This record gives sequence, structure tokens and C-alpha cells, in this order.
Amino acid sequence: MEHYYQPEIECASREQILAWQNERLVQTVERVYNNVPYYRNLMEKKGVTPADIRSVDDLKKLPFLTKDDLRDAYPYGLLAAPLSDCVRIQSTSGTTGRRVVAFYTQHDIDLWDDCCARAIMAAGGTKDDVVHVCYGYGLFTGGPGLNGGSHKVGSLTLPMSSGNTDRQIQFMCDLGSTILCCTPSYAAYLAESIHERGLQDKIKLKAGIFGAEAWSEEMRQDIQDKLHIKAYDIYGLTEISGPGVSFECSEQTGMHINEDHFIAEIIDPNTGEVLPDGEKGELVFTSITKEAFPLIRYRTRDICVLTREKCSCGRTHVKMSKPMGRSDDMLIVKGVNVFPSQIETVLLNKGYPANYQITVSRENNSDKLDVQVEMTPEMFSDSISTISKREQELVAALKAMLGIYANVHLVAPKSITRSEGKAVRIIDKRKLY
Amino acid sequence: MAVKQISVFVENEPGKLAEFAEVLSEHQIDMRALSMAETRDFGILRIIVDDPYKTACLLKESGYVFSITPVLAVAIPDEPGSLLQVLRLMKEGGINVEYTYAFITRRQDCAYMIFRVEDNDKAVDILTRHDVRLLSQEELNEL
Repeated sequence: MEHYYQPEIECASREQILAWQNERLVQTVERVYNNVPYYRNLMEKKGVTPADIRSVDDLKKLPFLTKDDLRDAYPYGLLAAPLSDCVRIQSTSGTTGRRVVAFYTQHDIDLWDDCCARAIMAAGGTKDDVVHVCYGYGLFTGGPGLNGGSHKVGSLTLPMSSGNTDRQIQFMCDLGSTILCCTPSYAAYLAESIHERGLQDKIKLKAGIFGAEAWSEEMRQDIQDKLHIKAYDIYGLTEISGPGVSFECSEQTGMHINEDHFIAEIIDPNTGEVLPDGEKGELVFTSITKEAFPLIRYRTRDICVLTREKCSCGRTHVKMSKPMGRSDDMLIVKGVNVFPSQIETVLLNKGYPANYQITVSRENNSDKLDVQVEMTPEMFSDSISTISKREQELVAALKAMLGIYANVHLVAPKSITRSEGKAVRIIDKRKLY
Repeated sequence: MAVKQISVFVENEPGKLAEFAEVLSEHQIDMRALSMAETRDFGILRIIVDDPYKTACLLKESGYVFSITPVLAVAIPDEPGSLLQVLRLMKEGGINVEYTYAFITRRQDCAYMIFRVEDNDKAVDILTRHDVRLLSQEELNEL
């Protein structure tokens, strides 16, 4: 039996959804124009005023927002509500150079929690479930989002946060966790750890809600087989709220976007032109119910496809495919956003040349980040301990910048492959898309 | 009294050492001694050659990263206990040996040790005061 958190919304008619969108978009544009000088400027540059926006059809007249805008406007430049009305911030994962801070009023958090509650119930969750959240808590939206959603459903919530696998498994066994929320790679790792300890029979999981990084159908199958659960994908981004922007239902063929809160468009990443449903392009979101941090036409850089075919689950909201790639060079490693430029900054700061290569691979369902760095006469020493010490410093600096561990490999000068004079910077060996 | 050792960065990959040896071979460089210290990703190849200047120029042209390190070359009798005597002197003098390696030549009564220490001058002073024979660069080149 299909569970819904807000059936009247999740299964509303298309006309009703469109009516909500039209009304809320007009209000949002009006409010942003009046309260956010940064976006008002962008609108003026494009010669568009709130009067031009009467329905969702007019959305394409509005200017885009990008991550660069969010950085330029850091910290308060895109705030649309008085700071005194805000009760929380969240921030994107470990990216010193590109940190993005999003603000929430209590109402914003309520709506975000609703979105996550929909995801939990779509995965079969009810008030009788034990929801085990091992997404990170803190600035990262994963933990707080699913935590809030679980409260709304009325499930018993285990705010485990990430790490300490022994403790995770212990609680899972002792408290009978039924729904697991974490990154898919951690789910796969937990599955293996449970098998290693021979505790399969003590585990009562029935479903998992996994997101924050790309994962393949093969990986889904692997996790489902090992944990004897149904594994559901969830999508979100801090800029738009966090997890729960879209989520999978029992059909497992794409994620329903919560269209009463977010309008989705697919654009050609090169021209910005809006593409019809079914075509592959960059996903763009407009948040139409947020008070503190509403973003209009925010370019996610995720490449995917939207489909409006009728879903067997009964939900009427548009479905997005799993992201099939990025329109920029951002990598998601262990659920953390990594930009090659961040690695470059660290290398240059530490005296290494900007000749480097990043290899991302997946071993035992866990992401691994390797950085090859070319040795130079300046960094060379006859003493292995001196070189190792410098290498350790580099590893520590990368950890501080990225928030995750990177293996550093020193290689001979000019040994990194160059094609047409330009180095191939990123090799992603994971078969994610 | 220190002699010049060339320390070269070589990747820890099949064939890398052969590539390096080929460069030396092509240019008729004769190695007196060789030692390799390895890590997971790379090694430091330490060599004593007959013509350090020519070798350095050659390595630079070939794109190798290297450094020239002053080390001590000590001649000891090729018999049990002779290394111990030298090491005892170092110990008494509080000299830490960072690394060392040995080589022999056609001279059958004599073995040679290369020592890398922190303070070359202090080590030279102690060893010469105790009549330990140190080789000059010229002597080494002519071995």
C-alpha cells in the first residue's frame, strides 16, 4: 500500500499544481524584487519587472542565478526576509572557496521537513518506524533534513550522524531501525560491515533513503540484495533547501519533484534556452514558497531529464531522472562537493606546481580520491622523511580545504598526460551515470 | 672532504629505473655506487658517478628532478669489524647516520662506505683524527 504524507498535494491534479505555481511564482518574484537588491539588479539588467511575470510561462523571461552569484552575494545578499525572522543556517559541504550559506525561517524549516516527510512516507515510513539517520548533522543539510522529516511522520528518530560504524550497527540491532538514511556508499559499507559481523539476522531494516551523491542502478541492486531492503533515491541541494527537493516512490523510476514548492526547468547549459520535457539538459529550480532564501532560476549544474508520465504510485508531480552528469567540473566525492580549482589552490599554496590529476574511483562501494602531483626541483630533497613530511602537510591542507581525505601521489615532472597542451585534470572511474 | 652524490627522483613503476640507466649508459657514465630508497609512489636513487658535473647536466636535459648531496666516502679494510670501528667513532662523536651504503672496487683489500650525516665537518674531523681514510672527489673519480 502506498503511503502519502500530504496526499491532497502529492496527488493533486495538474491544473491544481499549476495554479499553485502561478500564484506562488508571482508572489515570490514580487517579494524578491522588492527585498533583494542583488536580484532586482539582475532583473533590471534584463529589462524585466514583476509586472511581466503573470504565470509559469513567463519564468523564462527571468535571469538565472548561479553558484557564483551566491558567492558574490555572500552572506546576506540574497536574503529576502529580515534576518531577525531567520532561525537557522545550513551550508554546502566543506568548500572554503565556494561556501554557500542558506537561511531559513521557522516556516521554511517546516516546509522542508514536510518535503522530507513525503520522502520517508514514499519509502513506506509510518509513525511505527524507527528512522536511523546517519547523514552528517551540522552545516550539512542531510542530517537535519531527514531528522525533521522523520519527526513530522512521527517515527522514532535516531539522530546517529555519520561515522562510528560499530555504534551504528549496535543501535540498528538494539533499537530495531527500520529505515536507513545515509549516502549510498555508506549504506553499501554498512551492509558489508553487517555481513562481516554476521549480524544480518539482527537487522530489521525494510527501506533506505539514500542521496547526496550519484549512484548507479547496479549499486542500488547490490545494497538491496545485501540489506534485504528497498533502496530509494532522494535529491536536494542546500541552495534550494536540502534533501527532499525530490524523492523516489515505490516505482523507483525517477524522483518526484515537490512542485508545490519548487518549479523545475531543463535548459541547454550552453544557451540557457528552455528545453521540452524528455530532453536532457541542466536542471534549474525556482523556489516559490521560501521566505528567507528564495532563489529564482537557480542553475544546479546537474544534467537530467524531466518526465510527466503518469506514475503508478498515484503522485502527480513531475519526475526527474537521476543526475547524469554535471555541466561544470564539480565532482561529488563521498557526498562532498569537490572543485578541481580548490585542489589547485592548495597545491599552489604549498609550493607544488599546478600540474595535477585527480582520479576518483570507487573501491568496495566507497569513493576514493587520488591526486597526482608532479615533483619539482624545489620540492625535492635527498631525504625521504623531508619529502614525506611535505606530502603529509599537503594531505592535511587538502583535507582542510575539501573536508575529505585525498591520497597524494608524487610523480615525475611532465609525466601527467597532456592532450593538446592542456592537462587532463579529472579522471572519474566510477560508473555513475 | 665530502664527495658529491647525485640523488634522483624516480617513480616506483616498472621500467622507470631502466629508463634512467639507459640515459647514463648512452652517455658513458660510469657508476661507482648505487643505492635506492623506496616509498609507495616513488624512490630516491642515490648514485656516485665518475663525472658528477657531466651527469648533472645530462639529468637536467633529460628532465629529471635531482639534487647533489655532499656525503662522506670512507675507505675501510675489507675485513670483519672494520665498519664497527667507524660506527663506534660516529657514536662517540654523537653523529647520527641518516643512511649509508657500501661498495667495493677491483682493489680487493679495501671496501668503501658512503655516509650521509647531518654535520659533515664534525664527522670528517672525528674520523681523520682517528686515521680513518676519507676519499676526495678526485680519488673517487679515479677508482
